[in-house]
Amino acid sequence: MDQIEVDDKVMSDSMRTQTIRTGGHDGTEIEAYLARPDGPEPRGGVVVIHHMPGYDRATKEIVRRFAELGYDAICPNLYFREAPGAAPDDAAAVARARGGVPDERLVGDVGGAAAYLRSLSSSNGKVGVIGYCSGGRQSVLAACSLDLDAAVDCYGAFVTGTPPDGMPIRTNLVDKLPQLRCPLLGLFGNEDSYPSPNQVDELEEILRRHAKTYEFHRYDDAGHAFFAVDRPTYRVAAANEGWDRIATFYRKYLEG
Amino acid sequence: MCTYNTVRAPVDGSAKGPGSWIRVVDATVYFDHPVHAMAAHTLNIDLTDASGDPSARLAVELTAASARRLVAAIQDALDSVPAGLTD
Repeated sequence: MDQIEVDDKVMSDSMRTQTIRTGGHDGTEIEAYLARPDGPEPRGGVVVIHHMPGYDRATKEIVRRFAELGYDAICPNLYFREAPGAAPDDAAAVARARGGVPDERLVGDVGGAAAYLRSLSSSNGKVGVIGYCSGGRQSVLAACSLDLDAAVDCYGAFVTGTPPDGMPIRTNLVDKLPQLRCPLLGLFGNEDSYPSPNQVDELEEILRRHAKTYEFHRYDDAGHAFFAVDRPTYRVAAANEGWDRIATFYRKYLEG
Repeated sequence: MCTYNTVRAPVDGSAKGPGSWIRVVDATVYFDHPVHAMAAHTLNIDLTDASGDPSARLAVELTAASARRLVAAIQDALDSVPAGLTD
């Protein structure tokens, strides 16, 4: 079994992955992708919220990366109700045509995934959440609504800022931010328009005013979706440093 | 950003994917992140049949400029034939 070093920590890169069922909003059983490091050592967990294009290969690679970092990691399929067993892109199309994922349902599904992680024999009781793009906003929403230990928002739009007229999403999360229950790591591109640097400033000011624990990093030469390795928006320098920031943040709040 | 916007229209006709033809009844149109096209955002169209089968879908992802050219081409094609044919 190979061993790798992440900073000063030595861990195994051996893991097990499987598709499971977890409890979701209103007790509905939904599909989820699970990746767990081999070994019985106590560890934290991470809920990965997939982006709007779906429960896809790129998102599952992120789940496996968190297992490689030493966490039990899970991604609930937010579109399972609309299209069980469908290809991720087809499921995303069906979910979109039916109006998308309501906020209340998202919170229930993330809560079910977090409860699943905490039920594992390897759990140390701590669970973080992370999301990208639409999932970034949903990560903040979950952190304002559930007992989580750390949250990461990767360029989520409409946490602050006013959605343009005509958008189905009517409200930002400003009214919910005072209820943020855990430390928040925010990673943003300075060339992004949604969220814009001004909207990130607004978010930072609200968190500061409410004495929340947060850590923001903003990257030049990076716009929206700079973590997405399969898209032209990928920016390797920002993504690499962002991954380091995530690893450090979760090590601080999800271990021990 | 994810735009969340979605425009739907009933359609009547057929569409062909790699496998076979399907009778399409619904068009979902939105400008958002693509799955496959090499652009940050594209104009996406899903043409679907009445079965509800998620895989019964013809999907296209076009850059904004090419989508506008397609719209113009469709309009030109409709305008170029005698009105009686398109009533």
